[in-house]
Formats: sequence, C-alpha cells, structure tokens
Amino acid sequence: MALPQRKQDATDARLEGVMLPEGPAWLTKARKAALGRVAAVGLPARRDEYWRFTDPTTLTDAAAITADVLEVEEDPEFSGADALRVVFVDGVFDEGASDDLSAAGVTITRLAQAQDLTWAADLLGTLEERGQQPVERPLAALTTATATDGLLIHVTGQAGMIHLRYDRKDAGADVALHHVVKLDAGAVVTLLESGAGAARFASNMEVDVADGAAFHHVRAQGRDHGRRMNTHTFARIGAEATFKSFTLSVNGALTRNDCIMEILGDDATAHVAGACVGDGEDFHHDDTVFITHDAVGCESRQVFKKVLRNGAVGVFQGKILVKHGAQKTDGYQISQSLLLDGDSQFLAKPELEIYADDVACSHGSTSGAIDEDALFYLRSRGVPEKTATTLLTLSFLAEALQEIADESLADDLRDRLAGWLDRHQH
Amino acid sequence: MAAMDVDVKEGVDQETVDAVAQLSGAYKYGWNDDEIEMDYAPKGVNPDIVKLISSKNEEPEWMTDWRLSAFQRWEGMSVPNWAMLQLADIDFQDLYYYARPKSMEVKPKSLDEVDPKLLETYKKLGIPLKEQAILAGVEGAEAPPAEGRQVAVDAVFDSVSVGTTFQKELAKAGVIFCSISEAIREHPELVKKYLGSVVPPSDNFYATLNSAVFSDGSFVYIPPGVRCPMELSTYFRINAENTGQFERTLIIADKGSYVSYLEGCTAPKRDVAQLHAAVVEIIVEEDAEVKYSTVQNWYPGDAEGKGGIYNFVTKRADCRGDRAKVMWTQVETGSAVTWKYPSCILRGNDSQGEFYSIAIANNMQQADTGTKMVHLGKRTKSRIVSKGISAGKAQNTYRGLVSMHPKAKESRNYTQCDSLLIGSECGAHTVPYIEVKNNSSRVEHEATTSKVDDEQLFYCRSRGMDEEEAVALVVNGFCKEVLQALPMEFAMEAQALVAISLEGSVG
Repeated sequence: MALPQRKQDATDARLEGVMLPEGPAWLTKARKAALGRVAAVGLPARRDEYWRFTDPTTLTDAAAITADVLEVEEDPEFSGADALRVVFVDGVFDEGASDDLSAAGVTITRLAQAQDLTWAADLLGTLEERGQQPVERPLAALTTATATDGLLIHVTGQAGMIHLRYDRKDAGADVALHHVVKLDAGAVVTLLESGAGAARFASNMEVDVADGAAFHHVRAQGRDHGRRMNTHTFARIGAEATFKSFTLSVNGALTRNDCIMEILGDDATAHVAGACVGDGEDFHHDDTVFITHDAVGCESRQVFKKVLRNGAVGVFQGKILVKHGAQKTDGYQISQSLLLDGDSQFLAKPELEIYADDVACSHGSTSGAIDEDALFYLRSRGVPEKTATTLLTLSFLAEALQEIADESLADDLRDRLAGWLDRHQH
Repeated sequence: MAAMDVDVKEGVDQETVDAVAQLSGAYKYGWNDDEIEMDYAPKGVNPDIVKLISSKNEEPEWMTDWRLSAFQRWEGMSVPNWAMLQLADIDFQDLYYYARPKSMEVKPKSLDEVDPKLLETYKKLGIPLKEQAILAGVEGAEAPPAEGRQVAVDAVFDSVSVGTTFQKELAKAGVIFCSISEAIREHPELVKKYLGSVVPPSDNFYATLNSAVFSDGSFVYIPPGVRCPMELSTYFRINAENTGQFERTLIIADKGSYVSYLEGCTAPKRDVAQLHAAVVEIIVEEDAEVKYSTVQNWYPGDAEGKGGIYNFVTKRADCRGDRAKVMWTQVETGSAVTWKYPSCILRGNDSQGEFYSIAIANNMQQADTGTKMVHLGKRTKSRIVSKGISAGKAQNTYRGLVSMHPKAKESRNYTQCDSLLIGSECGAHTVPYIEVKNNSSRVEHEATTSKVDDEQLFYCRSRGMDEEEAVALVVNGFCKEVLQALPMEFAMEAQALVAISLEGSVG
C-alpha cells in the first residue's frame, strides 16, 4: 500500500543520504533488508497510533542535534560493579578504556570487526524483524541498517557481568549501535548499560534467551539534558528461561525505550521495569512495551514509575498479548506517575489483548499528586517538608527498583535518585 | 435450561455460563414482517437521495443544506479501521437509505384501517392496544390517562418515527417529546441551536453519513426546572431488508431539569448484515441531570456469523453548565458488530459523568465499545464501570479515554473494566487511553476487584462479608438498580444479567 505523501517524502529525504557501513556479506545483506523494511513502512509520524503521545520528528529528521555534554562529579553508574567494561565514546569503541574482551563463559566480538560468525548471521536483524508485527517499528529497522558498531555476545555458560558504558565528548554526535546477545541453554549473564551515549543515540539489542537461560539487564541512561535517545530491546524467551530488564532515566529531552518480548517456551518469566524522573519542559520520556505470550504457564511483569515536575511529560504504552492457547498466563502491568506540580503530564495506554480463558491478567494505572495525608503524617513527626517529599517520592519509585535482582546495583541507582531529588527541590 | 456445552475454567460458575447461554439463545425478536408494505427510496446514497429524505420529512431549506454539506464532507472520508473489528467491506451504495410502512401515507381513521401486520409487530413488542393506536398514527387516538409508572414511547420503524405516546401529558409539564422530523418542522429554533453542537457533522465517518441521511429519531426538550413526569423511551426496529437505519436523537435538558431516557432496539433475522448508524446528542445545562439507558438487542447474526446488525453509533453528552450530570447505562447483547463509545464532555464546573456498561458477545459477535470522559471543568468527576463478557468465538474490546485537561483542577476519575472469558475460542481486550495534564486530579484505572465504592464496601465488610462477596454485591446492586429501570420486555434479560458473577475476571 502506498504511504501517505508526507510520510513518503520524509522517508525518502531521510534514506537518501544513508550509507550502509562496511562489513561482511551476511551483515550487508541484513542491513539492506532492514533498510527495505524502513522504506516499506516509512518513518514514524505523530499520526501513527504508536506515536500519538510522542513526537518522533527529532529522532528521525536529518537536521543535526546538539546537546551539551554534562560534567558530573560523581563516578559513572555501576563503577563499583565487578564487571567486564566496554566503553564507547560518542559511539566509537575506546580500546584504551575498555577491558580485554575475553572472559569466562562468554565470547564477545565487535560488530565492526565481525567476519564469519554463523550464530550472529542467523540472529542479527531477525528478532527485530519479528518485532515488526503487529506493530511497525521503523526506527529499529533503521538502527539495524545503520549501526556502525555494537557487540555480538555469545553466552555459553555462567558468565559474569558485562558493562557497556556510553561516554560523550562531542556535543553533536549522532550514533547508532546494534548489539546481539545469544544465551545458550542454561547460560546466565548480567548486562549493564550506562551513559547518554551521544547527542542523538539509537540502539538495538536483540536477545535470544534459550531454554533455562537467564538474562539480567540493568540500564541507566545518563543525566545529560539535551540528548535524544531511542532504544529497542527485542527478546525471544525459551522454556523456563528468565528475562529481566530495568531502566533508570534521569533528564533527557527525549527518550523512547521500546521493549518487545516474545515468550515462546512454557513456564518462562519476563520482567521489564523502569523508573524515570524529569524536571522541566525539556523532558519527555516514553516507555513502550509489547509482551507476547505464546506458551503455557508463563509470567510477565511490567512496572513503570514516573516522577514529573515543571512541565515534564511521561508516556507509557504497554501491551500484553496472550495468544490462543497460552493458558495459565500470569500477566501484570502497573504504570504510575507522581506529578509534583500542576504543569506536568502523564499519558498512558495500558492495553490487554487476550485470546485464552484461563489466565490472570491485570493492569493498573494511576496518576496524581503526592499524598497529602502521608506528607502531613511525616511533618507531624518532625520531618521537614522537603525531606518528607523526597522520602515519599523514593518510596513511590521503590516498587520499580525492587525489580533489580542485584541489591548493590539497586542501591547504586537509589542513591543517584535521592541525589537528583535533593538537587531538584523547590 | 440446558447447560452450555463448553469447558470453562475453574472459578467461573455455572450460573454465569447458563445466563450467557440463555441470552444468546434463540433470538426472540427475530420475526420479520415481510408483508408490511413498505415505501422505499432507490438504493444507494447521493445528493438526490439526501434531498429526497429531506423532502419526505417536509424539511425547511436550511436543513436540506445542512444535510448536503454533511454529505459532501462524507464523500471525502474513509471508513475508520482502528477498532479491533474484522469487517467485510460495506457497500454503502447497496443499501436502502429510506423505507417506511405504506400505511403511514394517509392517517388511518381507526385501528381497523391500520396495516394488521404493523399492529402485530407492536403486539409482539408488548405495546398496549391504546398506545398501539397512537403509534400507528390513528387520527384522534387519545393517550390513556397516566396511571402509576408510565413510559412515553417514540417508535421508529425503519426510517420513520411511527408515533409518539403521551405527548399531551408531557406537554402539560412543558416537555417536548416528538420525532426529530416533527421537531425540525415545529421547533426549528431549538433544533437549529442544538443540532450538531455536540456531535458536529464532521465528527467521524458514520456520524457524518448520519448527518446527511438521518431519516428520523427522537427529540426531547425539558424546560428549566422541570422534572420529566415519566420516563421517555425510544423503540427502534429495522424491518426492511438491506436497509440502513440512521436515526438521530437530540435531548436537551435545560437548567435544573431531569429526565430518564430509555432506548431499545430489535431487528428481524436476516442472512445479510444490516447497517445501523445512529447519532445521539445530549445537552445538559446547569444543575440538570440526564440518565440515558440502552438495551441494545439488535439481531446478532447466527452462530456462524451470518447476518446481524452492524451497529456504528456515536453518542455524546455535553455537560455545559455547572453541576450538570449525565449517566450512560448500556446493556449490549445484540448486533454482529458494535462500535459505540457513549461519551461525556464535562465542561461545567462540578459536572459529573458516569458510564456503566455490560457488553456480552457470543458466537461470532464483535464488540468494540467504551467511553470517553473529557474533563474540562474544575472538580469534575467521572466513573467508568465496564463488564465485558465473551463467549463462543466472540471478541469483546473495551476502548476508553480519560482526559484531564490542565484547567480541570481537582477532578477525579475512577475506571474499572473487567472482562470474563467463557471458553477458549473467544477474546477479551482492553484499550484504555489515559491523559493527565494537571496534578491536582486523580485518575485511577484498575482491573482488580478491590476498589468499587469504599463506603459501600466497608459497610458490607463490617457486616461480615469477605471482600469478593462485598464487591459482587455492590456491583450487582448497581446493575440491578439500572436494569430494573428498563422496560418490562427486557426484564428477563435483566434478571439473567444480574446472575452473572464477577468471578474469574481478567481485566
């Protein structure tokens, strides 16, 4: 079907200058196919159902984006974690700052250096392509096509933590990275990501979790104000496997995190959670989640909390699709916003689509101000108002932070949240 | 009653299954009165048909122009496809846009002169003889004196309003209750002022089509301070084959007035899907209150999905004044396809909107229904309670919007939508949109059965009930209250519906 003219024009303009990165034949083939997917559906526009709350223009247009690099005194997130560190500066691999890429239980190859790698050739772009149905995700296909680097991680056993750090130096970098993670049956890995990455940062992560494997993902998206980011996580989850992902977002002019999970094996678990705090009209944060249950006895959880003030906008679009026959599904979804003043906005679309009768799916969504009674209680006990507000805000965010299995990682992020709340008091 | 032959999951009680089975059993309004002689306009829709409908209704020129401009707009529109509905393409040129019983041409002198088939239809619908005479348009037929609880009826048969009862009784209170075609002739100032002011002709594909070709419908005006002495009711029936019914209802509740309005509908069993695209506009002024109840029982098609009514309805209430209140109640059991979102625009400060819905879809039925609550005024309140029940191979979707505008300070919304699936072939879906643009408002969307009305719950629990029992009682309680207000002919369905439990819900 022909695209609407405006969409066609915008897509043509954007794709005109696209140069596919150099690479082996299989990679070029995958990139060309991905570019074809973008051309077929066109770039997203505000009129698209899945962009009704977020304007995608600054994620797609050809105009250069600049964002000041924030100088922070504190150590980068997860600095204390015992992890294999891989550092990208404005999307370029920094060999000096990174650890040696060899470690027990895992083989890591850079996308930019990949040669014949059968498992990656079979996987790269395929989960992204599967994720295009029933909702088109042209930005993900664009990232697959244009990503210049990324990691191809094959986890074969019990691996330790791997920390991907995205540093910034240049105020105007426009970056796309693509990671592929394959976990063999029974394999375990924890992947950390931190940093804003670039003025405009796009990333894909395709995760194939085989039967009985466990993938833990904890992410912090930096504190830079002007940056624009769109990330896609595609997961395919096997029987009795575990997928858990948590994202902390602080500041940022525009963040769109898409998480698309497909549960294909029985008795699997998939959790995705997020906490975000934003202050000011230059904050727009969008969590878009799509979980497909296509197996029996699986559990999924979505927990999203947003604290917004001074005109900040928070968006949540979550969907649980329970396919025919996916009996005994336990699906839970909660999205909540705490609006600290009268100017902020929370826009939500928590969806359920259920084709199986023996399931327990629930969703809740609330939005409102801080609880006056609780505030009064704390103040009557001698807690100053500002401290009380911070306490109540942290307790509001706690349910999302509890989704992080590793306590030291959770503590690291909780401290950062408390710091942000202290800095952003009236 | 035979038990429904399906496997249901643990926790869904047999009573519920049976109640749904009974509701979706033989369709008891499915006779067709083929022998009633009908006047048809030619098939299809074009400016000439629009003019013809307008002239049949003896409309003034401004009305004809209004219709024609809507038609022009409609030609440039396309069928909306965002709902979760699987539809065959509708050929809008293969429908009759106007049909009326021949016996309407000349006013009959007595019931003997009325087409007996028409009378038989009224009899089957359970309308008393004297009222039949009025509905049949018998000259000089007098309304019986109102005794006890009376309901004034406006009956719309295919394209025309065939009669309205109790008009005189109502006129004493200053209430105008007539067909919209009559209102256009008799009360043009009111119609001009309000028609299209809530649902503009450009609103959506089906509303625009309706604006161009609506043939009849009901008109209600309640003057300031008047509590309408009886319930008003419209009865819709599609009889003729390949006919689209496009009725238009306009209700105006002036300052401080009150009216309760009931709407019922049935259609014969036909193999071919029929189209129904209505528009209902309600204007609620300061301190006024309108209750609008619907029992939608159009023919749902057979078990294989053959035939049935395509029900595309735009219903909206505008609470213009402060403290205005509107309550939508709907029981949706019929139609092959339902596409319906009765909405409230809460413009006045302290205005209130409520939406209670029970949607039952069985066999091949598809329902995509819900509401929109648009909070514009300060301290506005809305409550949405939706129960969707799917059985057979049906698909049931709740689609709703709750929007808190920046100026709607200290507003409240509570939404609860529960779905129940009976059997493993059906689907239940929830698509709520929540837009909160100020922080003094509180919006809650929940699917759990834990928060109905805290005070009522507390009362029940303090009497020793457990939470689930208490919730069931409270929700069934409001169902009953609403359902009891419906006409007798729906009493059976009403009782069966109350038997439906909340157990095993997903939301």
